[in-house]
Parts: sequence; C-alpha cells; structure tokens
Amino acid sequence: MSLLEVNNLDVRFALRRGDVKALRDVSFTLDRGERLGIVGESGAGKSVAAFSLLNLIAKPGYIAGGSIRFDGQELNGMSDRALRRIRGNRISMIFQDPMMTLNPVLSIGEQMIECLKAHRRIGRREARAIALRKLEQVHIPSPEARLDQYPHELSGGMRQRVIIAIALLLDPDIIIADEPTTALDVTIQAEIMDLLLELCDKHNVGLILITHDLGVVSQVTQRMLVMYAGRVIEQGPTREIINDPQHPYTQGLMNALPQMATPGSRLNQIPGSMPSLDNLPSGCAFHPRCGFASRPDGSERAECRTRVPEFVASGNCQVACHMVAEMLDQQRIPAEETTR
Amino acid sequence: MFIVFVACAVLAPWLAPMNPYDLAQIDIMASELPPFWIDGSDPAYRMGTDAQGRDLLSTILYGARVSLIIGFGAVALQALLGVVFGLMAGYLGGRIDAFLMRLADIQLSFSTLMVAIVVGALVKAIFGGATFSAYAVPLLVLIIGLAEWPQYARTVRASVLAEKGKEYVDAARTMGLPSQRIMFRHILPNTLSPIFVISTVQVANAIISEAALSFLGLGMPETHPSLGSLIKSGFDYIQSGSWWITLIPGAVLVVLVLVINLLGDWLRDVLNPRLYKG
Amino acid sequence: MTATATLARPAAAAADTSRPLLEIRGLEKRFSLSGDFLEQLKFKGGKLVREQVYVHAINGVDLEIQRGEALCVVGESGCGKSTVARTVMGLLHPTAGEIHYDGQRIDNLSTQALMPYRRRMQMIFQNPYASLNPRMTIQQTLEEPIRLHHPDWDRQQVRDKVDEVMASVGIAADWGKRYGHEFSGGQRQRIAIARALAVDPEFIVADEPISALDVSIQAQVLNLLMDARQERNLTYLFITHDLAVVEHFGTRVAVMYLGRVCEVAPTATLFATPRHPYTQALMSAIPRLEDDRPQHIRLEGEVPTPVHLPSGCVFHARCPHANARCRQEVPELIARDDGSRVACHGVEEGRIQ
Repeated sequence: MSLLEVNNLDVRFALRRGDVKALRDVSFTLDRGERLGIVGESGAGKSVAAFSLLNLIAKPGYIAGGSIRFDGQELNGMSDRALRRIRGNRISMIFQDPMMTLNPVLSIGEQMIECLKAHRRIGRREARAIALRKLEQVHIPSPEARLDQYPHELSGGMRQRVIIAIALLLDPDIIIADEPTTALDVTIQAEIMDLLLELCDKHNVGLILITHDLGVVSQVTQRMLVMYAGRVIEQGPTREIINDPQHPYTQGLMNALPQMATPGSRLNQIPGSMPSLDNLPSGCAFHPRCGFASRPDGSERAECRTRVPEFVASGNCQVACHMVAEMLDQQRIPAEETTR
Repeated sequence: MFIVFVACAVLAPWLAPMNPYDLAQIDIMASELPPFWIDGSDPAYRMGTDAQGRDLLSTILYGARVSLIIGFGAVALQALLGVVFGLMAGYLGGRIDAFLMRLADIQLSFSTLMVAIVVGALVKAIFGGATFSAYAVPLLVLIIGLAEWPQYARTVRASVLAEKGKEYVDAARTMGLPSQRIMFRHILPNTLSPIFVISTVQVANAIISEAALSFLGLGMPETHPSLGSLIKSGFDYIQSGSWWITLIPGAVLVVLVLVINLLGDWLRDVLNPRLYKG
Repeated sequence: MTATATLARPAAAAADTSRPLLEIRGLEKRFSLSGDFLEQLKFKGGKLVREQVYVHAINGVDLEIQRGEALCVVGESGCGKSTVARTVMGLLHPTAGEIHYDGQRIDNLSTQALMPYRRRMQMIFQNPYASLNPRMTIQQTLEEPIRLHHPDWDRQQVRDKVDEVMASVGIAADWGKRYGHEFSGGQRQRIAIARALAVDPEFIVADEPISALDVSIQAQVLNLLMDARQERNLTYLFITHDLAVVEHFGTRVAVMYLGRVCEVAPTATLFATPRHPYTQALMSAIPRLEDDRPQHIRLEGEVPTPVHLPSGCVFHARCPHANARCRQEVPELIARDDGSRVACHGVEEGRIQ
C-alpha cells in the first residue's frame, strides 16, 4: 500500500451561477521517498489538487467526492482538529512566494519555535536546538545568527531555504511544494532543486512538486502527472513521458519549448488557449486545440467530441486519449495474430 | 429618495404653495403659526409659518434648493481644483508635488468653518451686508469650495501614484503622448470611482458647512433662506414655544444629508473596481 | 508635429546601414533611496550631514545594436536589464552616458524633438494585465498612437491601419469594441504587440514580453514576434531571464550582472563556448529536459546589493576564479577572435578557458 492514495478526487467551486468543476476524477499515489511532479498550465487545476489534499481549498471550493488515504487514514471528511495534526506535522507545504509564508514581524527563530511548540510538547531551548539543526540541514550559512534575523533581512533564495527548513521541522512524510522556485532566479532555482533532491533522498521524504516548468520536473521527479482543464491526461515515469510523450497536449507542450526547436525557426505552437473551467468543451477538453481530433485520412474522430477518454496503458504510462487508444488497438490486433 | 429631494428642490417654485421671496404674499399677522396637527393652525399653512409669517413648507422647499445648489456648486469647484492639482502633483511629482501637497496640508490645518468665517466676515465688512446678501450663493460656493479641495487632491494623488506605476502609462509615454493627454485621457478615467465616492460625502459636508455658516449668520440672508439659515432664524423662537420653525428644517437637513451619504455607499458598490479585474 | 514627422522620413531613408541603429555608451543610472531633502539630513558625530544613498541600477553599460539584429539582454533579477530598456525608451533619464539612435543622440532631446524617434521605436511590456488601459476599448487603444503620429490621416485611413495591424497579429476584427479585461493574457499581449506595430516602427524594445505567459502561449507570442521581425524587418532589444528563449530568438546576447555587461557574443558562440564565469554558471543552471545534465556550477554567496557595489569586478565575490586583480581592477569588455567580447581578467589572461 502506498503512503498516499488519491482516488477519483472531485473538487468544485460553488459559484452563484452554479458549480464549477475545478478537479475531476483525479487519482494518483505516492510512496515513501518518492518524488512526484504535477505539471500543467495556469488553470489546469494543479494547485487545487495540492490544496485539496489537506482540505485547504478556500471557500467556495469544496471536495465533492473521492477519497484521499494517507497512511491508512481517510483524510476526506476528517474533522478539522484531526486534519490539523497531520497538516504541517506529517504533510507540510512550501509555497511559491516565501514572503507570503513568513510573518514579517517575527524573527525566523521565533516562527520556527512557535511551529514546533504548536505540534509538540517541548521546551523553548529544545525547540531552538531543533530549529538550528534544520537550518543546518538546508545549508544556511551561519544558522545561529539567522535565527534572530527577520525575513526581510534575507535574500529570496535564503528565504526559500528557511521555508524548506520550516517544512522539515516536524520530520514530515510528505512535502507538497507549489511552484517553489518560480519566483527565484535560475542559479538560485538550481540550488533549491538540488537541496530538495538531497533532502528527499536523505530523509526518505515524499515530494509532490507542482510546477509549470517541464525542465524542473524532468530534473527532480521520478513520476509525473500532466493536467489539463481539471483532469489528469497523462501519468507515468517522468523519463518516459519526457522522452516520448503520448498525449497530444503533452507533445504540444514539449514541442512548444524553444529548446526543442532549431534556433530561429518557428516554434510548434498549440493553437488557442486553455478553456475556462465553467465553459468546458464536450468530450475530451483538449479536442478543439488538438491536431489529432481527426484521423490522418481526414475523417473525424467523433468520440473526441462526445466522450471523455479513459486511461489506457501505453508502456508504463497512462494516457487519456482516444487517438492513442485507437493506435494501441491497431497495434495489438496484428500482434495477437502473429502469436497465434 | 435622493431624486425626490432633488425634484422637490428644483420644482420648488411650482410645488410650494407660496413664494417666500415674494414679500407681497407674506402676511406678518400669520407669523408663528404651528403646523397642521397642532391646535391653532391655519390650513393654508400646512407646516405652520415662521416668525415673519412665511409658509414653512414653501420656505423649506426653497431652502433645500439653495442648500443643494451650494452643496453641488461647492463640490464641483472642489473637485475641479482637487482633481487638477491632484493629477499634477501625482503625475508630475518632484517640486510641484511637494509644493501642492504642503499647500494642501496648510489648507487642511485650518478648519473649513474657520476659513469660511474669516473670508465671509471680511467680505461682509468690506463690501457691506447688502452686497454680501446679493452674492451670497456664489460666495458660499467659493468659500466652501476653496476650503475643501485638498480632500480631492489627496485622494486623486494617491490613485494617480498607483496608476502611474502601471505599464499602460509607460506605454502611453513611449508613444510620445503629451503629459496632459496622459493625465486626462489615461489616468483620470481610472481614478474616477474614488472621486465619485468622496463627492457624495463632500456634498453632504458642504451642505452641513453651509448650514453651520448660515446658523452663525455668515451664510444665506434671511430673505433667501437656506435650510441652515431657517434653522438659525427659528432658533430664537424655540424658547417661546414655536419649536417647529427650527426642528422641521432641522429634520429635513438630517434626512437630506443621510440620503446623500447612502447614495455614496451605493455608488461605492456600483463602481467597485473589482468589476474591472479580468 | 507634422513638420517634424516629415523631416524624419528622409533621414530614415538615407540611413547609413553600416552605422549601428542604437548605440549605448557608458550608460549609468542610479536611483536615490534617501527620499526628499529633509529625510536626507542626518546627525553624524554631532553634525548635521546631508546623506544620500543610491541604488546603482546600471553602471557603465556599452552596447550597440545593428539593423536587423535581435539583441537579447539576459541576467538575473536586479541586474539592471529592465533599466537599460526603460532608459533607451526615454522612460528614465540616464545619470550618465549617451544613447544614440541612428547616429543622433536622443537621451537629451526635448519631448518635441523626440517625437519622430517615438514613432520609430516602440516598446512591449512584461505584464499584459497592466499594459492596456482598462477604460479604453481595443479600438481606442490601437487608434491612439496612429492618430498621434499621423495627425493628417482621416478617420478611414486610421481605421484601415487598425484593421491591418489587428489582422497581422491574429486578432479578430470584432474585438475592437471590447475592453482589455475581457481577454486572456496571451490575447492581451497580442493587442499590446499590435499597438506597438501600429505606427510601423523599425526598432522594438521588448521587456520580458513572454515571462508572464503559459508555455503554450509563450510559443504563440514568440512566433508572432519572429514573424513580425521577418515581415517588417524589425530590430529588437529583447530583455529576458530565460536562456532557452534567448538561444531561440536572439542573434546576439549580452549577459548582465549587477548593472554591468560581462559578456556579449553571437548567440551560437555564447551557447557553444560561454567564456565569462558568470555566463558559465548561468548556463549550467538551466533546467534541461535531457537526462544527462552536467552538474551545475555552484556559485558561492549571494548577489551583492546594488547599493554598495563591490570594488573591482562586480562578480568577484562569487567567482571561483577570482584573484587579487579581480578585487581591485574593473575589467573592460575585450573583443576576442570569435566575435565575442568578455569583461573578465581571467579570460583576458588565459587563466579561464
């Protein structure tokens, strides 16, 4: 059994004009020490997925269905009190903007000690010692001095390190990182990514990394989910998806990257833009932008418009696409005939 | 409600049973008559009469008109000065900003009433009571208008500073648009909603200021009473039992100000800038 | 206005193609942090002293851009790349140095005299959500620059021009009546590009034009900018922090660090053989899709604040190759055989390969 098992998660936002389905039928698992990436563009629902794990979605959002099993416990429907024991303690979060997470009027040490004392019955001195050890773990130079500094005295990279140290305070089993490096420069980003990798390895912590950057996912994670318009459309081992994406959207996303094209040539763009969640196309949400919604011979694949595609296995990956399903079927039949 | 008030004020000459300005209609014998629900009233004067025998209902209607004219006139003047100065201070910055804002500080450190009293008294002393009476309305507009422009200038300046940092202003500058055009065509429309909201508050303030000035004898002359001067003229008679001369216009003033403030709240909701977020 | 506009055209026609279109010499820009005069007064040792603190956003930048080039300026936040763009466009006044456009010094011109240049150079901004006036329709937004620079055109000519640019950036004609906030980020950026192209400029300064957009939309906008470059023979000054975009879009790259240019080179040369230690570190830090990434170069320490500039080479505190000379002497950009110019004592001395 996996450490975290999410099954058929449905999240909705109750708006005046009706419910908007922000997340539909999302399922994934995470093992101890595993690093999972969730990739998608803005509006794909990747942050909603992360927030709903700890039931942190703000009103009017709510979890409409599905189950979130963490270490044998069902988190969906758990009381706020019980959830709070897990939040921060066993699953902690890192956000995009370090300035939003740190309280500007409290010193770094104060914030860390407070967090420790809220979850554990320990004295101030002991808490300070733990805080110091955690700052050392994230390779902050002169950690002793940093404890008494305030967030604004630190640079962006240092702040993000402090955030990670706070996330590690209670030795969590899982860290959820929501775009942890988007606000940082590339050289700092690379250092933070190295740090996250090192910590996951050393302490056997599971990582859910939410990002829009395929490069970052490719560097850090072992498995990944690609999301589009509130659904997972492709999942599997990161290397396999990056090297050979199956879903037309994942392919489009990869091909749109400047590093995939010869310098100076036109980029392969995906036409149009992500539909808004309250006005999704029928069938596969990607079909209006998809080049494979009609077959190579020109005939239209009607099911793309009418039916939501189910997952099919392609290698070690799961892909939700009618075109891929059709191609796999065609391959299988001749293969079965030859074995006979 | 506000519309009813404005309509009443505008249509006062037609609605009112009598013309309080017309001396021929005033019957001094009918002075201090109580309103209709008290014994001894005269059915011709539904709300009673004041000390000079003017029909109180008519006088209030006319008075409300004067009050509203002064209120809106003063606010129009304040807004004009305040918006222009605020835009200049916010957009041009530097010394102009420093100068205008210090000027505003100085202006704000005098209370409106004090300025008005001094100016009013001076004008009255120099040109005499008759001239003062003749030009009372424009003079009050000018006094109250000049005294309160910093309110606008500050609000406008603050929103100009916020808007100035946005890229569409830079875009307009790189196009080579002249400053005036950027200020009035690009920045001003985006600062309008706070201007509308403070306008309503300021109209109420101006009416109260005018009433207070009139009450102190520096406002409208009694021959052309506003709500404030009505209250004042009635005040002398409150001891002698003719309370209505003061209290009825007083109540009208309170309701008028309340209505304008409610209008401001409503405007604030309607003009909520969130509606413009995409 | 008409007179100046017509004056400018023969000048442009007779332009000397060998001369750089834009030349920046010794550009410096500092911002005062100290507020107004009263706030600058401080007590020091019993005396009242006037003290001013400055942020040195750019200190001594030399760049030139040839006609038809796409010069990309890369660097991390706070390196002054956006300040360069804004100074070139006249949104900021340089503290020192000169900017020459087509042989004419433009940084000291009056607003009037600058007008013909305003038409020839246009800017595209980073944030598509803030760069359109929320109270103007798209039609009004696009008509404004045309009316300003062609006051003699009649209503129909202006409309035709707007229709033409809208079509060229892929905007449907019926968008004109709508307001900016009704559109998505990518669509707004198209509108902003249309606004810049409306007056037929020859030079475009683009300040991080795709950083705020999603990956699939980035490709669309980048394609649009490249198409425009080809069709209209545009010259670009392109500011970005994304090296992948630079490799794809730029013909030449300038790498900036703490307000100074540390390396300028043709794109292919820079990506094949980065010389400056900072460029090398920057390049090794890009998250690549490939599996076999070489270990990235770790930089020691933090970017110093531009308030107290380090002596000597601005990069010396974090540079693995720094020696005594680097700490004292400011390196100049020195031209190399492969067409690049590098400001590094180590490269000059041959210590760094």
